[in-house]
Amino acid sequence: MAAFGTAAGRPLQGRGGSLGFRFTLYAAVAIVVMYLDQRQHYLEQLRYVLQAAAYPIQLAVNSPPAAWRWISESFESRERLQAENARLRAAQRDLELRSMRYEALARENGELRGLAAALPPVADRWLAAEIVSIQLSSLRQRLLIDRGAVNGVFRAQAVLDDRGLIGQTTHVGPWSAEVILITDPEHAVPVRVERTGLRTIAVGAGDATSLALPYLPANADIKSGDLLVTSGLGGVFPEGYPVARVTEVHRDAVQPLAQVRAEPLAHLDTDREVMLVWFRADHPRAPAPTGKSLGELKSGTPSLQPLAAPPRPPAAAPAAAPQSQPARVRAPAAAPRKQPAESPPPEPQAPEPQAAEPKAAAPQPAAPEPPQEPPKQEPPTPQPDASQAKEHQ
Amino acid sequence: MNAPSGGRILITGSVALVLTVLPLPPWLDVLRPVFLVLAVLYWSVNAPRTGDIALGFWAGLALDVFQGPVLGQHALALALVTYIAVREHQRIRSKPAFQQALIVFAALAVYEFVLFAIDGWSGHAVSSPLRWVHTVTGALLWPPVAAILAYGSRGRA
Repeated sequence: MAAFGTAAGRPLQGRGGSLGFRFTLYAAVAIVVMYLDQRQHYLEQLRYVLQAAAYPIQLAVNSPPAAWRWISESFESRERLQAENARLRAAQRDLELRSMRYEALARENGELRGLAAALPPVADRWLAAEIVSIQLSSLRQRLLIDRGAVNGVFRAQAVLDDRGLIGQTTHVGPWSAEVILITDPEHAVPVRVERTGLRTIAVGAGDATSLALPYLPANADIKSGDLLVTSGLGGVFPEGYPVARVTEVHRDAVQPLAQVRAEPLAHLDTDREVMLVWFRADHPRAPAPTGKSLGELKSGTPSLQPLAAPPRPPAAAPAAAPQSQPARVRAPAAAPRKQPAESPPPEPQAPEPQAAEPKAAAPQPAAPEPPQEPPKQEPPTPQPDASQAKEHQ
Repeated sequence: MNAPSGGRILITGSVALVLTVLPLPPWLDVLRPVFLVLAVLYWSVNAPRTGDIALGFWAGLALDVFQGPVLGQHALALALVTYIAVREHQRIRSKPAFQQALIVFAALAVYEFVLFAIDGWSGHAVSSPLRWVHTVTGALLWPPVAAILAYGSRGRA
């Protein structure tokens, strides 16, 4: 900031050493900052402060569209409002009918699984957040939402809308948080094909309407219309939440991998509100318990971070790594997938080899040294802001 | 030309920052030049004593907060661009607008390349060719942007 003062009379070389020296100085500072931020995660505090400082500007920048929306909503006609009201009523009746048998089904399910009492739902608490700004480009698919640390939001928290998965929080400020969408090219979500149980990874394709499934062998049992749900691996999203529907399966005779596209179920480009979710840590379907996953992370799996999309793997690798699928994989992320599994274990449920998940297990491609610091994730024990939390369940 | 005050640089810089982070539809977003880099370039060339490497560094840090995956990434890229611009400011200033636009294109390419390299280094690699589009639009928009900034500094000085 010192350089903002006018210095009209002085020679160019005069202040703080020569030009080259000053450049070296600033470049060194920038590189140190980058190193601390990227490799050590020392700068969470600084990020927190900067995010707080940037929030008013972001609000201001996004106020014109918000104001326009508000105005157009205020002048909506009576007929339209009535029509919307009727539609919502119908939708609510529909949902109530569907949830009528929920209790009974949940108990029945619990009995079938041999549990004494039916488990409570995995989601503990919901909090609606409004979208402040949207960045949807082919490079970055991010949202800024108006809830932050004061509402108990933590890093790597799952974000949903009423139809499916949206993404997870990356940077949390006091009043705002940045959400990386599942369609961001840097994001990958471990999924399971609901029809067959086939597990794979869905990587963002950089536009709001498609995900890529790049790690499926050409003979994988997947077809257009299959529903993808979260597999519960990776430690961020709990099992069983809908993610996307397969729209396109392209098999090429010469390619060992199938080219599969899926369309996210969540309305990533039209949503105005999203839901932040807190999960019961002790629930069997919850993502990896924090303490345990931190231990695993220390041993080298940065699975709690937003996963960087890796370059396409060498063709043979995923296809040649079949993987047994126990009925309920509880040990998430690191443990079972490290071994390449030369001998394909027998697999009663699914005849075709499971697609391996090279992504969640392998260290990030650009991180040569495996022992990466775990992200500072607060345990998902929220400081409940009861007035604002909507207890849906 | 008398040296513009730091305040003016701060104001134009803030406006450029707002233009840079303003939400736009995706197709326009690809085309949008990084206005803040253009403004910093202009001040580095036309007021090298005030707009200095420090200006580039802080402007880059502001960009990092809004859109950088790694803190310090834009700061380094912009500090480098400012260094080149300040060093060559006399040569650049004397060129006609068309040649200036070419130089700006080269500077933006350097800027984007640094970002690209750091992206790759930090594991955020995004290799879509669309990320380079803004270097062309930035160069094309350089003459009007420079004219507006020059008008502002002459009108008030």
